[in-house]
Amino acid sequence: MSTVLERPGIGSPLDRRDGRVKVTGRADYTADVVVPDLKYGVFATSPVTKARIVELDTVAAQRAPGVRYVMTHRNAPRVPPLGPPAAIALLPLQNDRIRYEGQPIALIVADTLEDATYAAGLVSARFETAPARTEIAQGLANAVKVEEGYDEPDTRTGDPEAGLRASAVLVEHLYTIGYRHHNPMEPSATTAVWDGDRLTLYDATQYVYGVRGVVAQALDLPPENVRVVSHFLGGGFGSKGYVWPHQVLTALAAREAGCPVKLVLTRAQMYTSCGYQPETRHAVAIGADRDGTLRAITHDVVYANSAAEEFPEYAAAGTRSMYACPSIATTHRAVKVDLINPTAMRAPNEGMGNFALESALDELAYALNVDPLELRLRNYAGRDPLTGKPFSSKKLREAYALGAERFGWAARPCAPRSLREGDELIGYGMASALMTTYRMPSTARVEMAPDGTVTIATASHEIGTGVRTIMPQIAADVLGVDPSVVTIELGDTDLPEAAGTFGSATTVGVGSAVSTAATQLKERLIALAVADPHSPLHGLASTDVELIGGEVRSRTTGRAEPCAGVVARSGAAVRAEATWSPSNDEYAMFGFGAVFVEVRVDAELGLVRLRRCVGAYSAGRIVNPKTAASQMTGAMIWGIGQALLERSETDANVGRFVSKNLAGYLLPVNADVGELEAHFVDEFDPHASAIRARHR
Amino acid sequence: MARSIGAPAIGPADGARPAGIQTTLRVNGSVRRLELDPRATLLDTLRERLGLPGTKKGCDRGECGACTVHVNGRRINACMTLAVMHDGDEIVTIEGLARGEELHAVQAAFIEHDALQCGYCTAGQIMSAVACIGEGHAGSADEIREWMSGNLCRCSCYPQIVAAVQTAAQERT
Repeated sequence: MSTVLERPGIGSPLDRRDGRVKVTGRADYTADVVVPDLKYGVFATSPVTKARIVELDTVAAQRAPGVRYVMTHRNAPRVPPLGPPAAIALLPLQNDRIRYEGQPIALIVADTLEDATYAAGLVSARFETAPARTEIAQGLANAVKVEEGYDEPDTRTGDPEAGLRASAVLVEHLYTIGYRHHNPMEPSATTAVWDGDRLTLYDATQYVYGVRGVVAQALDLPPENVRVVSHFLGGGFGSKGYVWPHQVLTALAAREAGCPVKLVLTRAQMYTSCGYQPETRHAVAIGADRDGTLRAITHDVVYANSAAEEFPEYAAAGTRSMYACPSIATTHRAVKVDLINPTAMRAPNEGMGNFALESALDELAYALNVDPLELRLRNYAGRDPLTGKPFSSKKLREAYALGAERFGWAARPCAPRSLREGDELIGYGMASALMTTYRMPSTARVEMAPDGTVTIATASHEIGTGVRTIMPQIAADVLGVDPSVVTIELGDTDLPEAAGTFGSATTVGVGSAVSTAATQLKERLIALAVADPHSPLHGLASTDVELIGGEVRSRTTGRAEPCAGVVARSGAAVRAEATWSPSNDEYAMFGFGAVFVEVRVDAELGLVRLRRCVGAYSAGRIVNPKTAASQMTGAMIWGIGQALLERSETDANVGRFVSKNLAGYLLPVNADVGELEAHFVDEFDPHASAIRARHR
Repeated sequence: MARSIGAPAIGPADGARPAGIQTTLRVNGSVRRLELDPRATLLDTLRERLGLPGTKKGCDRGECGACTVHVNGRRINACMTLAVMHDGDEIVTIEGLARGEELHAVQAAFIEHDALQCGYCTAGQIMSAVACIGEGHAGSADEIREWMSGNLCRCSCYPQIVAAVQTAAQERT
């Protein structure tokens, strides 16, 4: 046990706790889990869109070597419509209807991966196809308002039309962003193991309790009969947040085949099996006075949505709250396309719309001949323009100043096309960033063993954000112990329920639950000590006792003993379990940022390369600056991908994504990335969480 | 409109599994004699036959580098080669890089620089980095960026990876 705390928990740039198992190849991702008698599942998928299967021949596949079972719509058990958080209500392999290219038409279970892959290629089918739509340009006239969802499709403050008419300067532009795919390096994977009527699913999911709920309902099992395990996730970025058909189908196939089944989606199947970010069009109009004061903003979004299911994308959400402006109107309309559902992808909603809003604001700055940063400062929102609520905390002004100073913004040459190096023009730009703070209830259990070690248990997930590292830091602070004696168990429905790991909400929600449970544990330890005749603290007022340096200690008398002694004499581990739920809804909550870039642009070819990028963020208290900085530089590189590289092209004639691989879909690689810096402003958010954090 | 799929898959005409091929692989210093399905890639053989799942499958098409291993000292994508082609070859995977509990300098540098997040590409990044340094391609940040660009990282730890490779390369010299 440590006696003196050299480093506090929260705020320390500790190395990643799972670094060692990850650099030695010992972290057990879903597809790595070995179970006895494991067989392999492989999908045969539809090459056509919007069709009916008129002939399906699986005889050759059935007879192929090693094949145990072939599931098609003809023999698959019937499953009721899936409930939330399933991404898709209607499971494939239930009838002869094809709603999107890539939809499974058969699931082969065989002894080896080679056998299953070979047999999947033997499935033959004939389809009656109908014309399909894959792009919003094909259906603009039929765009619809989607009312169901978690936000309002339309918002309106003031009188935007009158505001635009009365403005001295008006900027109007149309921005488009193509389809994009999450492309986590780990493809989705599920291993289903039945033991009687009990099911264990090893699953690459961002939400083990979500998977349990959906699968239990689909298979008509009590939830407690379904255990879902996800120890390490190889990224997800939203693609593993909801529950998708392959998870339910693998469980079904394992039951029908009578053996454990592992199914790993191929990279190509990842483009048609677990969502994508929809194509969006943004019509933005901004009106301002000559001095740059904003009078009105309108932001009208059209996005692609699956013909079969709903997933609204509130791409103009950021425009509602970014700048002080008396009149702001946003609308969202959906064009139905014949693709699998879109889904949330880093960053949903504002991640797209901010590009449009900030680009238009940049145009306005140059139309007014005002520095783009100065224009933003002149329209700084002190309260949320949409709701009028005060912000829980907002240090964007400080972030602008920090970012500008680190970047050298003031010293840059201002005029467009004024700086040239050889064949390249050098350009500078900046933008604001904003993301809604999502807060979700979570439960955690914290216990101290008789040897003084602390274990946190919560069904959150390690997706790479550092949950295994930061939760021990949070508990260590409360319990006055070194973070190194605290470990965490994650990713298992045998543990207390936590929200899914998405929406940048884990530090806020799970972190608050850990903090609350640790606080209750602390109170229990103190109560045990002062009530225990064998403790040197016996009889003291509990208010006089604190936990520090691994000890229970009297503030006034200095009397102390190791916490471990208190636990040991109690005869068992001492534990506390707590649920944290969000409150303080009277505040508007957002993460904010200011991002500055220098780019090289080939004057002849227009090729853009990022030379350097500085981001400064107002995100509340930062638990671990090292892991948090990695997330933010990662986010900047996602920005490079969004702005310069990524787009999933569709072919309207064949009705599908055309580059379902990592060669045709351009992800940023190391050589695409210049010098990056991420900074956080010092901030404590008193309202958003129990730990002063607001994001991540 | 009608459309069909179901062109004959490439495989034995009589419906039998292809005959196994006796192969000797030298993996992380141990000799493994196996009867291998000639269709099995080196990657799937490591993961599904040899109990070495540290090497990861990201794309199975040589596009992402997550399956990078060393074969006779060179870095290759294990998904792009059949296991039976490596009879007698020396293969090193991420599991064979550390000496007992003592991490390889590149592994230690990855932790120090936080050059990983989800960790799924990390085995490939590290095996690639060890080779990159060995090849003499780690002389500058720009050179590392170029020679490490066959390994994708969707969490996008690229700057930290460059820093880790630089640190490890300097320790080596």
